[in-house]
Amino acid sequence: MPKLKLPAPPLPPGFPKPAPKRPGTPKQKPLEVAAEAGISVVDWVDERTSLSGGARWMMFRKVPKGTNWFYTLGSATMFAFLSQAVTGVFLAIYYRPDASGGAYESMRHVNDDVFLGEFVHGMHKWGSSVMVILIFLHMARTFFFGAYKYPRELNWIIGVVLLILTMAMAFTGYLLPFDQRSYWATIVGVNINGTGPLVGPYLSDFLRAGPEFGATTLSRFYAIHMMLIPGIIGALIGAHLYLVAKLGTTAPPWQKLPASAIDAEERA
Amino acid sequence: MNQREKEQYLREYMALKAAGKPFFPYAVAKDSLMAVVVMAAIITMSLVLGAELGPKADPTTTTYTPRPEWYFFFLFELLKVIKPAELVPLATIGVPTICMILLFLLPFYDRSPERRPERRPIATAAGIFTICAMGFLTYKGAEAGPPTQIDMPTPAAVTAQGPAFVAQYNKGKQVVAQSGCEACHKFGQNGNDGPGPPLTQIAKNLPKQAIARTLVNPTAPMPSFGALQQNDPAKFNAMVTFLSQLK
Ligand code: HEM
Repeated sequence: MPKLKLPAPPLPPGFPKPAPKRPGTPKQKPLEVAAEAGISVVDWVDERTSLSGGARWMMFRKVPKGTNWFYTLGSATMFAFLSQAVTGVFLAIYYRPDASGGAYESMRHVNDDVFLGEFVHGMHKWGSSVMVILIFLHMARTFFFGAYKYPRELNWIIGVVLLILTMAMAFTGYLLPFDQRSYWATIVGVNINGTGPLVGPYLSDFLRAGPEFGATTLSRFYAIHMMLIPGIIGALIGAHLYLVAKLGTTAPPWQKLPASAIDAEERA
Repeated sequence: MNQREKEQYLREYMALKAAGKPFFPYAVAKDSLMAVVVMAAIITMSLVLGAELGPKADPTTTTYTPRPEWYFFFLFELLKVIKPAELVPLATIGVPTICMILLFLLPFYDRSPERRPERRPIATAAGIFTICAMGFLTYKGAEAGPPTQIDMPTPAAVTAQGPAFVAQYNKGKQVVAQSGCEACHKFGQNGNDGPGPPLTQIAKNLPKQAIARTLVNPTAPMPSFGALQQNDPAKFNAMVTFLSQLK
């Protein structure tokens, strides 16, 4: 059976490297036994899936010189999305998409009775603002750094779809608590959609599930908000990250070429 | 970018990448710290700001404020900037659609190989302008809450018709004020000038029946008052009376 080898941790210079084991020293410390067991499990999975190559490709690719804090905004957006997904599952456990009052009552119940209910509800509510802010910041970063240019055009396009879907999540989620504010704001919002050219009227009929705002409108919004769009967003984030790893992240536009590379350039 | 520029970019990028550090653990460490900051921000906001519910949705009510989440304010404000009725579809979906198409196609019309913001003056200026415009519109939207008061002198023509009619007129004024109409319409000095037309002199253009019909079957994005007409005709009629006296 092939044994997976853990990569040596990258230690800062000057840090004493741990002495290599003498051959023949028996392994006995519990920590080592546990590590061994873990490696065996990973090994077993890897022998059947060959996933370790992909993981190594993702994790041990190099990021260019000069990569700075602005490059954390994309993963921060993803993290906000994950937080929304987790808190959303907790809310879905209690939520009832019932327009005749059940929806509102179920959110009341979450706020008033459920352990930490209002806290999780609040995290979901404010998490949406945080995610919207982060996605715009991330987009601004890629715009000003010219990261949408060759060869990353497709990643930019996937990003724009993600932006639209994120705003659609915000819009469909706003109706769900079914209080006065969300009800009337959504009616106006759907009506605004309806004034759009060509697809406008069809889009708002689709959202309302008919020409009038009715009982099925809420379950439709709920299905779109908790199944349809999150599924697409998850898949697109996967594609986005695949391309990020495949193409590599840009270097900051101001980053100077290393001297050795300039020499090679001049020779070429 | 032509073939030569593409190859040059890839060559330079390879050199910069080779001089870089592995994603794990260097970038992962930064990303994790950022994740902790994001989580802390969300938790703090939840603890400080809570998640209060408003009153339960009531389709027959007349006291509501159609207010979207703050990050849609800029779209709503866009409606107010563009006045003429025939241009409203342009504002509502037209401008956002055009912006979306411009965003999608950005890599195809901006084909220069230059990446430094200070050497891409048009792109950088357009980006900064967009940020400022969205920021300004969001600020305007946040500032202009829909007012719920209408201060207008009662016209002499109303007083002349006796106290019962004045009472009806005042009741209608109150219903209109509480119904959030002022989010989109101007009444004298009150309310927002747009997206809807000013109603200060609406009765000059529309007879009473036409006003009632518009309330039931409005032009989008205005919500319909049909439910109110069925559930509380007295309130609805008071509204129509008030509006039909605005000359
Ligand atoms: C759910 C939303 C999104 C997630 C989770 C996400 C995630 C990421 C991550 C983790 C990266 C790696 C580099 C970095 O963090 O800066 C990245 C890169 C990138 N993203 Fe996004 N992104 C999202 C939305 C967007 C949007 C809205 C756009 C633009 C319209 C966009 C365009 C790009 C581009 C062009 C890159 C390559 C940047 C480079 O190589 O320097 N992304 N994204």
